[in-house]
Amino acid sequence: HGCSCCSLQNQSFFQAAILIQKWYRFTMARLEMRRRYSLSIFQSIEYADEQDQLQLSNFFTFMLDHCTHPDSGKDKNKSNVEILFEKPDVRKIDVPDSYYGPRLSFPLTAEDANALLHAFRNEQLLHARYVLQLLSETRRVLKEMPNITHLSTSYSKEITVCGDLHGNLDDLLLIFYKNGLPSEQNRYVFNGDFVDRGKNSMEILIILFAFLLIYPNDLHLNRGNHEDYIMNLRYGFTKEVSKKYKDHWKQILCLLRDVFSWLPLATIIDSKVLILHGGISDTTDLDFLNALERNKVRDRTDHTAVKTQHNPPSGSAEPSGSNSPPDPALEEWKQILDILWSDPRSQNGCTPNKCRGGGCYFGPDVTAKLFARYNLKMLIRSHEFKPEGYEISHDGKVITIFSASNYYEEGSNRGAYIKLNPELTPRFVQYQVSKFTRRKNLRERVGTIESAALKSLREKIYAHRSELTSAFAQYDTNGTGRISVNDWAEAMESVLQLELPWRMLRPQLVQMNPDGEVDFMSCFYDLKMGQPTKEAQPALAETLCRYRKDLEIIFNIIDKDHSGLISFEEFSQTWRLFTSHLGIEVEDDSIDKLVLSIDYNKDGHIDFNEFLEAFHVVHRLEKKPGSSQCC
Amino acid sequence: MASRKDAVVAEIEKKITKAFEVFDRESNKTVDVREIGCIIRSLGCFPNEAEVQELLDQVNIEVEDPSGFVHLDKFLPVMTKVLLDERFQPIPEDVLLHAFESLKGYLLRQNVILCCFSGEPFTQEEMEDMLNVAVDPETNILHYRDYLPKLVID
Repeated sequence: HGCSCCSLQNQSFFQAAILIQKWYRFTMARLEMRRRYSLSIFQSIEYADEQDQLQLSNFFTFMLDHCTHPDSGKDKNKSNVEILFEKPDVRKIDVPDSYYGPRLSFPLTAEDANALLHAFRNEQLLHARYVLQLLSETRRVLKEMPNITHLSTSYSKEITVCGDLHGNLDDLLLIFYKNGLPSEQNRYVFNGDFVDRGKNSMEILIILFAFLLIYPNDLHLNRGNHEDYIMNLRYGFTKEVSKKYKDHWKQILCLLRDVFSWLPLATIIDSKVLILHGGISDTTDLDFLNALERNKVRDRTDHTAVKTQHNPPSGSAEPSGSNSPPDPALEEWKQILDILWSDPRSQNGCTPNKCRGGGCYFGPDVTAKLFARYNLKMLIRSHEFKPEGYEISHDGKVITIFSASNYYEEGSNRGAYIKLNPELTPRFVQYQVSKFTRRKNLRERVGTIESAALKSLREKIYAHRSELTSAFAQYDTNGTGRISVNDWAEAMESVLQLELPWRMLRPQLVQMNPDGEVDFMSCFYDLKMGQPTKEAQPALAETLCRYRKDLEIIFNIIDKDHSGLISFEEFSQTWRLFTSHLGIEVEDDSIDKLVLSIDYNKDGHIDFNEFLEAFHVVHRLEKKPGSSQCC
Repeated sequence: MASRKDAVVAEIEKKITKAFEVFDRESNKTVDVREIGCIIRSLGCFPNEAEVQELLDQVNIEVEDPSGFVHLDKFLPVMTKVLLDERFQPIPEDVLLHAFESLKGYLLRQNVILCCFSGEPFTQEEMEDMLNVAVDPETNILHYRDYLPKLVID
């Protein structure tokens, strides 16, 4: 048959083949390692951020409740928070003739849903008036629903269960394309975390709420831990709304805060399959959960026990031992926190979920006990990223379903949904949205994920420059500028508080000399701030860098007339409150000096977006968009 | 000197432990047995599949864990010895080049497939990926000089 190998001796052919295969497998293993540590970086930074978030949430709440605006505009008697959360009067909102988006009429019909899908595919926005009307109606319908919805498969073919979507509209549209739109014959349960991170959280909510209104018995929503306005401040949903709805975002968010608190907590199918967002704890009591007033727990910090403490109480531990009678409100808050935040683990027992700062880790024994108590067969939950879109644990009893593909980055993971038939056997459907028509090969995909992960990590490194420098200096007793790999790794881990394989990452982060020592300052060489600033206080600049996104939200809250400007005084005051809440020590007039040196004053006002832009970390070697990336 | 050797051993053990942790999904010091080959290779070793199995047999010397998980405590001493003895060293590039050249310098697609099923056969997925990356779709030929850098780059 004319192939060249026939003329070779078999022996040398096989030897060559083995050699090539050895190399190939080696290369693939290295790729797999890079893929793993990239995902590890993303996840560690995400969870670490969630911890920071709790500290800041107290500040946000404090600010919203107590700060007064020096010039409160029309009504000087109203506090900032009242102005902020005024009930929207929808009738006063006009829809201009120039608006060509969907015009909803209530009660909604399938035509309205189709109009919405069509509009969002074409990247149109739904007008604020209809958004507010939709949210009002949704709240009204949700209030009638129990905390735990009971469904039966008896009259429908299959029920589809979807997990976290996190603002990925493409995934929702793909699910509807593959699996059909919701209807009486095609029932859906969406298991929380509809918003944050992705750029179409608003559109996803609008679609889900619209279908909820049209088919209230066939589309079910469970609350996730991201249906919480404090999380939204940090993870992008608040920002998305403020950009899309410049005039009405505060009203929309206020109404949403209420709507979220009315989302049901769980769904049970055929009394056998429990579906909820996070997980369970050893004290989870479904009867108690069904009876409590779910709308009283609006967000993770919504309990006085948290507000008065500096450290958040962990999942299943009792707050500082007191002899006072058990506080029912505390128990309610804890039960809800557990089901929204817990994660399954393979070890037995129930321990506080230190990674997340809420809920617990629950083992197979906890699952077995709950199942025995309530005669259950399966637990379907979401809340955790899974590379394949789903994962089965606890001996088949617990299923994690995650529906946001490419969650961290293009190519990072698949999404999936579950089809449950009347026998309650799950069938998994996986998918992955792809921007590219040609499917990238593994090497390219790993390259993309890896560069995005490393970029995030380098920004974190830069934002902790002062702390890292002094940690390194402690190991560098001779002042040579070099330390051992071991010392470098220990310093990185202790300052950044991220459990990562630092030795594996070292070549990407820092230079090493031929003697095997690390030149520790080299990790800052390729990073700099957006604008050159006369950094009188590097530590101050770093703090601004680290909290840039949070400050942006805070300033937007203060900026009543949406001008992008706040007064110098407001700026100073906010900054002082902010740093004192976080326990950061700064010289009294340091921020004033910094602002003056940057010279962003405009008639005693500061353009805060311009100001914050200066603290955006820029990677010197970053290629401009449009040029090809090396992988 | 004894203390220098101890320091070297300690550093090796740390390196192995950290690589292990990347695959340790629940942070309980166990990994799926199927990942062991990957871990060994990511530490810079070049075993073939038979050699990986041999190491695994050493690790699971007391056959008491049928669960398909390998514990760090068992893996660590075996792997430490491998690194100390510098076993499974990488094959130099020129040897690899020679291997390709001995196959007359290029491989037709069907020969690549044949190659994949020789020696220690690739899985379907491995073969597809290799064909995807290595074989020029227009000529159906694997030009090893183009492919070699992709295998060797790190």
